Amino acid sequence: MAQLIRRAAALNKSLPAASFAARGLATASTSPITVETSLPFTGHNIDPPSRSVETSPQELLTFFRDMALMRRMEIAADSLYKAKLIRGFCHLYDGQEAVCVGMEAAINRKDCIITAYRDHCIFLGRGGTLLEAFAELMGRKDGCSKGKGGSMHFYKKEGGFYGGHGIVGAQVPLGCGLAFAQKYSKDESVTFAMYGDGAANQGQLFEALNMAALWDLPAILVCENNHYGMGTAEWRAAKSPAYYKRGDYVPGLKVDGMDALAVKQACKFAKEHALKNGPIILEMDTYRYHGHSMSDPGSTYRTRDEISGVRQERDPIERIRKLVLAHDLATEKELKDTEKEVRKEVDEAIAQAKESPMPDPSELFSNVYAKGLGTEHKTGTLQITYNYLLLALKDLVAFFLVVFIRSRQKRSENCTSMSENINNDSTCQDPFVD
Amino acid sequence: MYQWRMIRSATAILSFFSKASIAYTFVETEASMAAASFGVSSAAVQAVKSSASPLPSLPVIRSEARPISGRINRSRNAGKIATHAVAAQTENPASAASKPGHEVLLFEALREGLEEEMERDPRVCIFGEDVGHYGGSYKVSKGLADKYGDLRVLDTPIAENSFTGMAVGAAMTGLRPVVEGMNMGFLLLAFNQISDNCGMLHYTSGGQFTIPTVIRGPGGVGRQLGAEHSQRLESYFQSIPGIQMVACSTPYNAKGLMKAAIRSENPVVLFEHVLLYNLKERIPDEEYVVSLEEAEMVRPGEHVTILTYSRMRYHVMQAAKTLVNKGYDPEVIDIRSLKPFDLYTIGNSIKKTHKVLIVEECMRTGGIGASLTAAINENFNDYLDAPIVCLSSQDVPTPYAGTLEEVTVVQPSQIVTAVEQLCR
Repeated sequence: MAQLIRRAAALNKSLPAASFAARGLATASTSPITVETSLPFTGHNIDPPSRSVETSPQELLTFFRDMALMRRMEIAADSLYKAKLIRGFCHLYDGQEAVCVGMEAAINRKDCIITAYRDHCIFLGRGGTLLEAFAELMGRKDGCSKGKGGSMHFYKKEGGFYGGHGIVGAQVPLGCGLAFAQKYSKDESVTFAMYGDGAANQGQLFEALNMAALWDLPAILVCENNHYGMGTAEWRAAKSPAYYKRGDYVPGLKVDGMDALAVKQACKFAKEHALKNGPIILEMDTYRYHGHSMSDPGSTYRTRDEISGVRQERDPIERIRKLVLAHDLATEKELKDTEKEVRKEVDEAIAQAKESPMPDPSELFSNVYAKGLGTEHKTGTLQITYNYLLLALKDLVAFFLVVFIRSRQKRSENCTSMSENINNDSTCQDPFVD
Repeated sequence: MYQWRMIRSATAILSFFSKASIAYTFVETEASMAAASFGVSSAAVQAVKSSASPLPSLPVIRSEARPISGRINRSRNAGKIATHAVAAQTENPASAASKPGHEVLLFEALREGLEEEMERDPRVCIFGEDVGHYGGSYKVSKGLADKYGDLRVLDTPIAENSFTGMAVGAAMTGLRPVVEGMNMGFLLLAFNQISDNCGMLHYTSGGQFTIPTVIRGPGGVGRQLGAEHSQRLESYFQSIPGIQMVACSTPYNAKGLMKAAIRSENPVVLFEHVLLYNLKERIPDEEYVVSLEEAEMVRPGEHVTILTYSRMRYHVMQAAKTLVNKGYDPEVIDIRSLKPFDLYTIGNSIKKTHKVLIVEECMRTGGIGASLTAAINENFNDYLDAPIVCLSSQDVPTPYAGTLEEVTVVQPSQIVTAVEQLCR
């Protein structure tokens, strides 16, 4: 009991309002805890890893906090969208947080992640800050893409996060390209190319998979199967919804995507496999509570009972909460405090993002080309006028020079330097006689 | 006597400035004012402006105005300096006959450029179908796989969409892939990757990623290759923001543009032509790079500006021979840079000749010529004496039959007729 109080006290002191990079839970114990995943893994052409996952109190509490932060961020984005501060497309990730958080626990920043448009939380996981995320969503200057990308174009180069892509499936060949570069540079790191159950039917995916398998690229294709491709259920779009088997000659693993520990185990396993044997497919069985995007209510193609059922049975945050409480790692109150803190963090970030100004009008033309040619130096009206003035000035100078020289020459009656310059020879010949 | 010489010299200098400046109208007024104040009729100045009867002895300065401190070159020498005037800005005038150089065919020049860049920078790699063991379907990458290995010269399966995507992904991490489309037309399958990922990632990531890819391949109408293998993709790609497009036409500029494209931080699409691969030319032994944004002055002239690129350059030069015999003096410019246009060189030419003929291989609708016409009209409308004439291919799929295919593309006789009509 005393130990618990000590630990609780330490916890309360060290939870900062910081980004994920600074983990203030260092004082929590790192002593290993072994947890069994809720469901076994199913393998295709591969022996699945064991169900027992090694974790630690620190890790579990980190999971809880990170997922609570992500959930809070997405809910806040929902309100911002309804308040018309976020426009256009906004695809929310709440319900799927375990995939992102579990993956981060298994890899490092040298590994690359690339995903589609449901990218807010993955951006956060890769080291993005709340301010950057909200500012980008609201189209402000402080956004991660300077306000020019929007919800679907979050990138974090230093964190190894390659976006953020709007066209369904187009990111998977890019992901294989990242893996190719890693193999080329002999990096010993892997790429996680994420896509959804809708994108799993794209041809370029199979093209990319073929190439990755052919050249043993360290690419891990992660299918976040939330069972609905926009408004179409998976069984209505795919003849074979067993996406982990679709790789055929590429091994696959089916994972319970609502269990962060299972995801962590699978990603660790996949990373080891990819570095030795080439590509592998991971199918994360997950669920999104919101509709496809903010313009989709999400209830026309599925029942509210289904959504609330999943929320009760399989919610990732609740699972971790139960684990934490079961292992006495924190009290109910501490967890609630964490959630309140996280809420405050998000609110502060939103307030700060709202203060951020809109991008400068000159930003319209910057970053179109890498060295500022083309549109940045387009001969616009201002530029032409400037050119005119500059050259007119040159001509004026020349004009006065001529006048000056002529007046000098008028005084002297000799063959002048002017004509000598024009003639290439020294005799004073008329320059225009051939 | 001396005074008269002085006045004429002054007029020459003023006209030199009037030719060289962009603010032509402004300077012209100044010149005529100056002439008037000196008591000399502005006829001399007017004569400069009129292109119908050029004064042969007046110095003619080409695109880059040299500073006045240098000697004013005579018109007798004008032909010699001007040939590679623009190109000469950026590299040594190595194209002059004094340096020996070596003879190459165009595809060999491309290969030399590729090889030199791969030697220089280990991040350069080639993706494409049959580029490795086969050596390239047009022998552009012959021998490179043996030298650099299978990973650097990557034989891809027939999957344009995804290997172009792979190249973009690799470029995001810092590699510099050169993607070969066996025929440019196949790259239509990769349009999404080229447009959204290649062209726009630099912008949508707020400048975090640069995509230094080169996408190259032969396009254009060949010898009875059929409709699907005779496409001109420059008209489809030209609106994509963020990419640069260049078209090579000689071994010299092929090698230079290849090297410049690989070194550029921007995605560059290099358009080659199926029929030009066996052109022979003597190119310098020394390393050189050609500017990606500059046009090439092929033949300076006075009467009409003919703008062209790629294979049509040769049709234009053929027509130019006929035209010269008939007494015309066309100025031929190979625009080379399809996106963005080199309006500086083009503008200076228009200010001299006041008539423009565009000869292109794109289709009439939405081609490079259409954009160029719009750009010239917008920027140089005041200097045009006649509407711009644009000769392009017909808006039809290229037929297989030889006689029909010939009619689809612009022929030299059509160019001669157009110039005659323009210069009437």
